[in-house]
Amino acid sequence: MNIVVCVKQVPATTEVKMNKETNTIIREGIEAIINPFDTYAIEEGVRIKEQGGGKVTVISMGIPKVADLLRETIALGADEAVLLSDKAFAGADTLATAYTLSLGIKKMGPVDLIICGKQATDGDTAQVGPSLAAKLGIPHTTYVRKIEEIREGTIRCQRLTEDGYEVIEMPLPAVITVVKEINEPRIPSFKGLMKAKKAEIPVWTADEIAADESLIGLKGSPTWVVSTFVPQHNVNSEMIEGKPEEQAKILVDKLLSLQLPLSK
Amino acid sequence: MASIKITDQCTGCKLCLKSCPFGAIVVEDKKARILDTCTLCGACVSSCKFEAIDFTKEESQAADLSAYHGVWVFAEQKDGKVANVAFELLGEGTRLAAKLDTKVSAVLLGEGMESASKELITHGADTVYVVDDPKLRQYNDESYADIFVQVVKAYKPEIILIGATTYGRSLAPRVASVLNTGLTADCTGLEIDTQKRELLQTRPAFGGNLMATIICPNHRPQMASVRPKVMKALEPDETRQGEIIVPDVNIPTDTVTKVLEVVNSLTEKVNLAEADIIVAAGRGIGKPENLRYVEELADVLGAAVGASRAVVDAGWIEYSHQVGQTGKTVGPKIYIACGISGAVQHLAGMSSSDIIIAINKNPDAPIFKLANIGLVGDLVEILPALTKEFKQRIG
Repeated sequence: MNIVVCVKQVPATTEVKMNKETNTIIREGIEAIINPFDTYAIEEGVRIKEQGGGKVTVISMGIPKVADLLRETIALGADEAVLLSDKAFAGADTLATAYTLSLGIKKMGPVDLIICGKQATDGDTAQVGPSLAAKLGIPHTTYVRKIEEIREGTIRCQRLTEDGYEVIEMPLPAVITVVKEINEPRIPSFKGLMKAKKAEIPVWTADEIAADESLIGLKGSPTWVVSTFVPQHNVNSEMIEGKPEEQAKILVDKLLSLQLPLSK
Repeated sequence: MASIKITDQCTGCKLCLKSCPFGAIVVEDKKARILDTCTLCGACVSSCKFEAIDFTKEESQAADLSAYHGVWVFAEQKDGKVANVAFELLGEGTRLAAKLDTKVSAVLLGEGMESASKELITHGADTVYVVDDPKLRQYNDESYADIFVQVVKAYKPEIILIGATTYGRSLAPRVASVLNTGLTADCTGLEIDTQKRELLQTRPAFGGNLMATIICPNHRPQMASVRPKVMKALEPDETRQGEIIVPDVNIPTDTVTKVLEVVNSLTEKVNLAEADIIVAAGRGIGKPENLRYVEELADVLGAAVGASRAVVDAGWIEYSHQVGQTGKTVGPKIYIACGISGAVQHLAGMSSSDIIIAINKNPDAPIFKLANIGLVGDLVEILPALTKEFKQRIG
């Protein structure tokens, strides 16, 4: 089994703090981490390899510094990691990102399964996985919470839906995006950390993946950000005091007066 | 290649610093400087009052945009029942179409879609494109995307709105990728630049800490997935007239993706996306047995039950209940946070709720800063009192 896991570098969101004076996100000193959802993707890839053999290769598109994070994925059990990095990739939206990743994956040779996290915690789009599958011309399933079986060139998995789950079977190669429920990522082993330290992370440029320059980076991105703003949460908090029964009565009075849909 | 430069007009006013989502601008010696971490997103350009940011994009050759007309809505359905979000999008689509002086249409794929087609018309669709076939009974990423692409290529809409549901967020990127067009995820606001016929798509990013407005100037259709419960459906009107078109499409017979089983294991208590009211439990409920107070209140209100990550990780409730960054994003009319302290990751999943009510023992819990109404006290006392009071007044 050749497994590819796609990862993205995101800001460590636990430390997202707002500067109260300027109302902007404070970024100074904010650590970069592997997108939390991608850690489940890495773990799932490594588990499949441990059960059935094969190789796990991690791929990311990003600035040169992302190589450090890719080294961490080696510590978590990945065999190799490749970074797609080039000034020409800058400004990519999800379409250009999917195209770029698809070329990197094609360059690796035959692949059986591609695993992505459900979404990244900075952009929250959840678009790259399905878009990548379309670029590679292979099927995909999103929100996978469990892989039931991989056998004879097919994968059977459970996809989380709004009201339960579906069991879906696809021939390989295929793309899946995984949710947190799928596993619990391991802590890097000492051996893994030593291996990560020594790992070489190849960096592939636009030329090396033979990218069409009109389809990468900003130029290959149909969507453009025209403005950004920080939403204002101007909340007039109102505290309800008193004994529990009194608090309950006041709250119910208040909600009923607002004509809200309180009963079916 | 595209490039960004600061010109001599720069006064060092620092306005652009606020606009940069990546912290890639610094001001040194009263002049802004772009750092290497810039991703060329262009967000800073409009913030500059002095036109000192010279941002050049090489335009990819524009397709003939004038060939595209009309606003489309993907009418998601399950077992023949149209999802509420499709009606909401028809409401919003009607408003957008009026600004563009065009029509709003629905695209409906499934089996036995006659009554669903009519329902879409009563909710505002001028046209319903229906592909009705036994092979389409169950949603399937592969076949649905294939047919959707065929219909888009045949009829060329300028805008496509898709509900940001499990299916919608899977279908939309596959379709956009095949069509090589732009797609904006999980929008919460849509407007039209009537002159350029551009869709201005506003969406939250960074867990709701930043809002971005995005356009798709040189590609058609302009595609957006839209969060459920944000847009308003029209009142159904039986007298509305609409046209039903059966497009000539090739229904794939060699679909390799098979949906083997559909398990509807979750009750309404979990359908967080569609819920008007959510009662959510946090670590502050103390022990798993106390979850029943939360469930009892939810029962009386016909509400869904949510949970913080701490409660899910402790194994007190299933993951499908989790609200927040690594769970679900919700936007109900009322969100009652019970014993939830209000970590940033949780707030990211529920801060767009209309009214937030927080009940917590700790008066300094961060959740109170975001809550419209706060109750400090013991959940074990307050929740049963609330349930009783609601029962008497609305039960």
